[in-house]
Amino acid sequence: MNEVNGLENKLIVFRLEGEEYAISVQRVGSIERILPITRVPSTPSFVKGVVNLRGVVTPVIDLKERFHEKQTTFTEQTRIIIVHIDDITVGLIVDEANDVLDIQQDQIEPAPEAVGSAVVEYISGVIKLEKRLFILLDLEKVLNKADMTELRTLEG
Amino acid sequence: METTQYLDIFIDESTEHLDTLYQQLLALEKNPQEKAIIEEIFRAAHTLKGMSATMGFEDLASLTHKLENIFDGIRYDKISVQTEMMDYLFVAVDHLNAMVEDVANGGDGKRDVADIVNQLDKIEKGENITKEESSPKKEVESLNTTTLQLDEFQLTILSESKDRGFDNHEIMVQLREDCLLKGARVYMVFELLEKMGEVIHSNPTVNELEEENFDFMFTVMFVTKEKANDIQAKLMKVSEVEEVTVTPFSLDAYKEAQDEVLDKEPRKQMKEVEATKKATKKEVKNVAKAAPSKTIRVNIERLDILMNLFEELVIDRGRLEQISLDLNNNELQETVERMSRVSSDLQNIILTMRMVPIDTVFNRFPRMIRQLARELHKDVEIDIIGADTELDRTVIDEIGDPLVHLIRNAMDHGIETPEERAEKGKPSQGKITLEAYHSGNHVFVEISDDGAGINKEKVKNKAIEKGVITQSEAEVLTDQQAFELILESGFSTNEEISDVSGRGVGLDVVKNTIESLGGNISIDAVPGGGSTFSIQLPLTLSIISVLLVELQNEKYAIPLSSIIETAILRKEEIFSAHNNKVIDFRGKVVPLAFLNNIFDVPSDKEEVDEYVSIVIVRKGNKLTGLVVDSFIGQQEVVLKSLGDYLTNVFAISGATILGDGEVALIIDSNSLVK
Repeated sequence: MNEVNGLENKLIVFRLEGEEYAISVQRVGSIERILPITRVPSTPSFVKGVVNLRGVVTPVIDLKERFHEKQTTFTEQTRIIIVHIDDITVGLIVDEANDVLDIQQDQIEPAPEAVGSAVVEYISGVIKLEKRLFILLDLEKVLNKADMTELRTLEG
Repeated sequence: METTQYLDIFIDESTEHLDTLYQQLLALEKNPQEKAIIEEIFRAAHTLKGMSATMGFEDLASLTHKLENIFDGIRYDKISVQTEMMDYLFVAVDHLNAMVEDVANGGDGKRDVADIVNQLDKIEKGENITKEESSPKKEVESLNTTTLQLDEFQLTILSESKDRGFDNHEIMVQLREDCLLKGARVYMVFELLEKMGEVIHSNPTVNELEEENFDFMFTVMFVTKEKANDIQAKLMKVSEVEEVTVTPFSLDAYKEAQDEVLDKEPRKQMKEVEATKKATKKEVKNVAKAAPSKTIRVNIERLDILMNLFEELVIDRGRLEQISLDLNNNELQETVERMSRVSSDLQNIILTMRMVPIDTVFNRFPRMIRQLARELHKDVEIDIIGADTELDRTVIDEIGDPLVHLIRNAMDHGIETPEERAEKGKPSQGKITLEAYHSGNHVFVEISDDGAGINKEKVKNKAIEKGVITQSEAEVLTDQQAFELILESGFSTNEEISDVSGRGVGLDVVKNTIESLGGNISIDAVPGGGSTFSIQLPLTLSIISVLLVELQNEKYAIPLSSIIETAILRKEEIFSAHNNKVIDFRGKVVPLAFLNNIFDVPSDKEEVDEYVSIVIVRKGNKLTGLVVDSFIGQQEVVLKSLGDYLTNVFAISGATILGDGEVALIIDSNSLVK
């Protein structure tokens, strides 16, 4: 992410299909256990529906389905990461979220052509740390609404 | 200094002091020499001055300061108490009273007290009290003498101008009472006058006029060679000028009158004071009429907070109702029922507290239309009906822009130019009618014009051209459906793009805004005879009554406002017509919408039920039956949005949180009615 600079180098790490992803901690509102989800019809299939987040109706999307076309099976470890992008608040369903990472700006490398299975356009960089590889997600692109409309018309 | 916490104390105490002032003034009138009374008044005035200065009510403080000075003078025998003086003192206390009342009602306690302060100044200086023409009142016209006070210099100019063959006129201009830009009108009048001659004097002064510091009437002394009739005609052309009276001014008569005034000073003065007193009384009466119930002003933010808190309460109420049902405990149920009733009452009160008359939106339109008419070289008048119709403040805040858009549209595309209108045999002045009224749980706002109407074929062709509809779709459209095409994206039937209504954003923005408010818009038009845009809005936005229904395991809410009734029918009663399922509902063929299919509800069991549950909903005069699995019941719910990520979800207008904490989606039945 562009705004990751010397001061904002804390990242939340989450797991998706055995791969580790990272997003800036500043984007994250909270991390929730799975809440009852109400399905919203006529939306792309990766939009799982809406949840009652302490009185605020919040949409949740399944990141795995977004990237891998594969549904998440909910387990004890499954988490919803509530993220804020501009005016949009969305919950991201991930396999596991249990780590915070401190990194330096110079540790971020540009995304290689083929890394993991997430579509490259959603990746803003990768971080190699010891033997682990973290994929830095570009949330703006993941939550691109135009993209969603496109998908919706394809389906509808 | 933060003084709000002392406001209540201030109001209470000042009211007390004012009472004292009234009583003691009355006593003083009877015993002008009684020192104890004078002392009492002085003290009351002094305390009042101190308090109001601390609280920052400057007008109040300055007036009480004058009072205090006078009584200080009386105390030390510098001023003697006279009957005429008493009248002014009473008027002054009346003013004080009005200001304190204003403060008590949440106002800022400001009031134009310049006149009375002037009078009190004179009393203080021990001058003879001359009744200066304060605010020009209509009654004054009937007096033969001039209403203007002229000084020596002005008199000299007037007599000189007369010698040089100019005419002196006294011009009284009366503005319309609904005039919005008094200052601007005054400016226009003065500009006109300055082209014709010279303004010697004006009452109120030019400064006061510029600051709109006058009622609706002002008088000027004018020197010109123009004829009185011409002056009058020219001034009448200024908009919002109600009346212009041009009277020739005779210097001799003025001087005579002045002398007379001096001679008859005491008597006349008394008369005038009496008139003032009457006027004051009248004013008090008017005030009482205007506000029969006591009101307080509340910060809108607090109302919003109250509303939010109440919404939370409604959600918990739902939860409690469910728990009491589950527990099946009589006492608990009774208590919960009682609480529900009380909270419904509370809800009504909170909702009415948030109601604002739609006039707050409407009142800017006459000016806008006049200006637009000038830009477009059209002649248009506006007629506003039902401006006192009340709507929730949130709706009021949102409805302004769509209405502006629709009016601009009517002005630009609807109303023809005067020439075109004349050709068609219509009056050259077009008319736009803005009407608001309540009906059931809705408020309707209608904007109609007597312009060209909508050319159905042109709209259809354009729609086909733009790919909004296909040729075959166009053929089966009803008139109304065809008209409503202009609400679709990228539509402007006027060939030229004008900067009034065709700026790339079409009427689809209007439609979206209104639908996002939970309302809808329909169009009716008579070719050549005008068009009507009818907007239906919910009375309130946040808390609505819904019918909860079940589709398999999912719960949905249908707003009660659109439901006609519910029915349970046998399967055999569903017919097929052109591949559409329909039912016979009270002699009417009503199409069915199977919500399970529309919403792709995952089903785990095959439907074997012999009966189907149907919710009949209405949009305008069209009905549709929504087929659901079962009815749960009626509930008050808090409308919440789905958030910015999920916008424009088909047939879903929002969501709500149910008693069990789960989210239920609210069905937008309007989009299901075909």
